[in-house]
Amino acid sequence: MRLRAFFIAVLMLLAGPVLAVQPDEILQDPGLETRARMISREIRCPVCQGETIDDSTAPISRDLRLIIRERLLAGDSNDEVIDFVVERYGEFVLFKPRASGWNWVLWLSGPVALLAAAGGIWLSRRQRQAAPPGPPVPLSAEEEARLAEILKD
Amino acid sequence: MLIELGHFALILALMVALIQTILPLWGAHRGNHMLMALAGPAAVVQFALVGFAFAVLVHAFVTSDFSVALVVSNSHSLKPMLYKVSGTWGNHEGSLLLWTLILALFGASAAWFGAGLPERLRARVIGVQGSIGVAFLAFMILTSNPFLRMVEAPMDGRDLNPLLQDPGLAFHPPFLYLGYVGLSMSFSFAIAALIGGRVDAAWARWVRPWTLAAWIFLTIGIALGSWWAYYELGWGGFWFWDPVENASFMPWLLAAALLHSAIVVEKRESLKAWTILLAILAFGFSLIGTFIVRSGVITSVHSFASDPERGVFILAILGFFTGGGLVLFALRAGTMEAKGVFGLVSRESALVANNILLAVAAFVVFVGTMWPLFAELVLGRVMSVGEPFFNAAFTPFFVALALILPFGAILAWKRGDSGRVMADLGPAALAATGVAVLSLALLAGQGMIAAVALVGAGAGLATVWKQIPARFRARLPLLMLALAVLGLVWAVQTGRSALGPLGVMLGSWVVFGALTDLWGRSGRGGDRLGRLLRLPRSEWGKVMAHAGMGVTVFAVSALLAWKVEEISVVKEGESFRLGPYDVQLADVREVRGPNYISTMAEMVVTRGGARVVVLYPEKRAYPVQGMPTTEAGIDYGWLRDIYLVIGDPQEGGGWAVRAYIEPFANWLWGGCLMMAFGGLISLTDRRYRVAASGAKAAPKAAKVPAE
Repeated sequence: MRLRAFFIAVLMLLAGPVLAVQPDEILQDPGLETRARMISREIRCPVCQGETIDDSTAPISRDLRLIIRERLLAGDSNDEVIDFVVERYGEFVLFKPRASGWNWVLWLSGPVALLAAAGGIWLSRRQRQAAPPGPPVPLSAEEEARLAEILKD
Repeated sequence: MLIELGHFALILALMVALIQTILPLWGAHRGNHMLMALAGPAAVVQFALVGFAFAVLVHAFVTSDFSVALVVSNSHSLKPMLYKVSGTWGNHEGSLLLWTLILALFGASAAWFGAGLPERLRARVIGVQGSIGVAFLAFMILTSNPFLRMVEAPMDGRDLNPLLQDPGLAFHPPFLYLGYVGLSMSFSFAIAALIGGRVDAAWARWVRPWTLAAWIFLTIGIALGSWWAYYELGWGGFWFWDPVENASFMPWLLAAALLHSAIVVEKRESLKAWTILLAILAFGFSLIGTFIVRSGVITSVHSFASDPERGVFILAILGFFTGGGLVLFALRAGTMEAKGVFGLVSRESALVANNILLAVAAFVVFVGTMWPLFAELVLGRVMSVGEPFFNAAFTPFFVALALILPFGAILAWKRGDSGRVMADLGPAALAATGVAVLSLALLAGQGMIAAVALVGAGAGLATVWKQIPARFRARLPLLMLALAVLGLVWAVQTGRSALGPLGVMLGSWVVFGALTDLWGRSGRGGDRLGRLLRLPRSEWGKVMAHAGMGVTVFAVSALLAWKVEEISVVKEGESFRLGPYDVQLADVREVRGPNYISTMAEMVVTRGGARVVVLYPEKRAYPVQGMPTTEAGIDYGWLRDIYLVIGDPQEGGGWAVRAYIEPFANWLWGGCLMMAFGGLISLTDRRYRVAASGAKAAPKAAKVPAE
C-alpha cells in the first residue's frame, strides 16, 4: 500500500512544471524575443525567493512573461514595458532599482567611496609631507635579533 | 547516552573557551608566564571537546538516530551515505557546530604552529580566538542546540532538501567555513597587535599565512558553490548575486585586499593601520555573512530556516567583535607609524590602488545586498536589488582592477619607472589584442585565416621588436587601452556585442601580464630556466594566482557573451539544432533511484553526422520532501560544455527541452583553482615556514637525524 502511495505522490510531483521559459511562449520574431528575454532578466518573480521571471517556474512568472511579450507585440519600447509591469506589481519586481530619489545613494555608493578613498590618500600624503615622521622607536636588542633572523632569507 | 555526552562536551568546551580567553589575556597584561602558557593547552582541549561533539552528531546522522530532532528534520534512512554525513552540516544547528569546530581548530593550530611567536602575542592571539569561541558556543547552546531529543522517535526522517543532495554541495560548506573562520585568525592577530601596540614586518609575516589559508579556502568554497549552481539549478548560470553568494564574496574581496596590504607592511613597513583595519573588517564581513544566512532578514534561496531570536544573537556577536575591534582601532591606530615612504609610481602605490578597488567593490556589494533591508526599514519601500544592478555597479571596479594588475605586479618598490614598465608590457598588450581579434574572427567563421595572420604578425613583430623605438614601445599598452575604451563606447551604443571580445582581451591581458612578470624575473642572458626554477615559491604563487584571475575574467566574459540557448519541443526520435550540433531526443524513460524517481531522457548529440556524445538529462522527484530537481546532462569539453535539460511533456505530445552551449565554462572553475593553487604555492614558501615555526631552535635540531 505504501508503495502505491509513493507512486501517486511521485506522479503528482512530475506533473509540476520544471522549465522556466516554455517553448509555447517564444515569439516568432527573434528580435522581439531577444528583447523579451532581456526584460524578463530584470524582473523579479513576485512570489519566489530572489529569482528572475526568466528563471522562475512559478505560474505568475509565466503570466508576466506573457504580458511582456504582449506589450512588445503591441509596439511598446523596453522602458514602456517595464513601466507597465512596475505600475501593476510595484517597484519590488525591479532587480535594478531606478536611479532616482533615494536610490541615488545606492547607485552612487561605489563612485563616492572611490572618491573618498582617493581624497583620504591625498590628505594623508599632504600631511606626511608637511610633517616628516619623527625618529622611529628603536627595537630592543632581542627584538632586533629576532627580526633579523626572520627576515634573513 | 552518546548524544547527551556530546551536549555535555559542548558545555565543557564553553567553560574551557572562557578560561582560554580570560587567563592568557590577563597573563599577557600582567606579564605572568604561567597564565600565558595556559593558552595553548586550553585551545587544544577546546578543539578536542568540540571535535568530540561533532563526531557524536555525525554518528547520529550516519546511524539515522531518529530520537534526535535534528536528524529527523534533515535525514532519511534511504539517503545515500555521503549525504547522511553531509546532512550533518546541511542545516542551521549542524553547520553552526561545524563553524565552531573550525574556529577551535584554528585556535589549536595557533597553539601547534605558533611556537615561534613572541610569548605575549601568542597568548593574546589565542585568547582573542577563545573569546570568539565563547560567543559562538554560547549562541549554539542557548539558541541552536543540535542535540535536542524527540519526545517520541518517528519511524523515519523528513529527508534533506534534495537540492543539497549533491557531491558539490556536500563539500561546499566546509571549505566556505574554513575560509570565513580562517579570517578570525587575522582578526585575532589584529586585535592582539592593537592591544600590544606594535605592528612590524615580523607581525605581517606571521599573519599572512593565516590570511592566505583563509583566502584559499574561500576561493575553493565559492568556486564549488558556483559550480554546483551551474550544473544543478538547470539553467547553466554560475553566479546569481544572491544575498548568500554575496555574503561569501565580500569577505573574499576583503581577504584579497588584506593579503596584498600585508605584503606592504612586511616589505616596506607602510599601511600598518590600514592593514589592521582590513583584518577587522574582513572578519566583520564574515560575521555579516553569517547574519545574512541565518537571521532570515534577507530572503534567499540558500538560507536556512530562520528565526528572529537567532538573528538578534548574531547581531550582538557581530556588534561586539566588529564594534569592539573598531573602537580599539580608533584608540590605538595613531600609535602605528608608517616607516617606508614611497613615490606616486611604485609597487606600494599600485597595491594601495588594488586595496581601494577591492574595498570599494566589496562596499558596493555590501550596499547592494543591504539596500532592500534599508529601504524597507527606513524608507518603507519594498525593493529588490539583483544581478542587473551588480553587473552595472560592481563590474567597473573589477575591470579597473584587472587593468592595473599587470602594471602593479612588475613595478619596482619605492620608486618605479613607468616608462620601462610600459615598454615591458607592450608584448602582453599586443598579445591580448591578438586574442580579442582572434575571438572576433572565430565568431565570423574566419578562425583559421585570422590565426595564421596573427601568428605571422606576432613572429614579424618579435623579430623587429628591438628596432622599434623604445618611446613608441612604451606607448603600446596605452594605445591598446584606448582601443579597448573605444570598443567599449561602440559596444554601449550598439548593444552587448563587444562584451565578449573586450572581456576576453582583459582576461588575456592579465594572463600575459603574469607571464611578463615571470619572464622579467628570469633576468637577462643565459640560464633563464635555472633562475626561474630557483625563484622563491611566493613569486610562482603570485604569477599563478594572477594568471588564474585572468583566466577567470576571460571565462566569465566568454560565457556571458557567447552562450547559445535553444528552447524547443521535440517528440521522441526527433532532432533539433544547437549551434553546430544536432541533438536527437532518442528516448525518455522512468528510472528509480535510492530516494527519488527520475524521468531520464537519452539525447544523442551529433555534429555533421558524426556522434559527439550521448547525454542523459534527468528530472528527479523526491517524494519525501515533495520537491523536483533537474539534473542537467552535461558534456564537459575543453572549449565548450554542451548542457541539456529535459522539461515537461507537452499537451500536443513531445517534451520541452532546453539546450545550451556554454563556451569556456570549465575555464571558469579552472581559473579559480589556479588562484587557489597559486595561494597554496605561496603558502609553502620557505619564509612563512621559518616564521611560523620555532626558528630559534630549528637550525641545530634539524641536523640531528630522526631516531
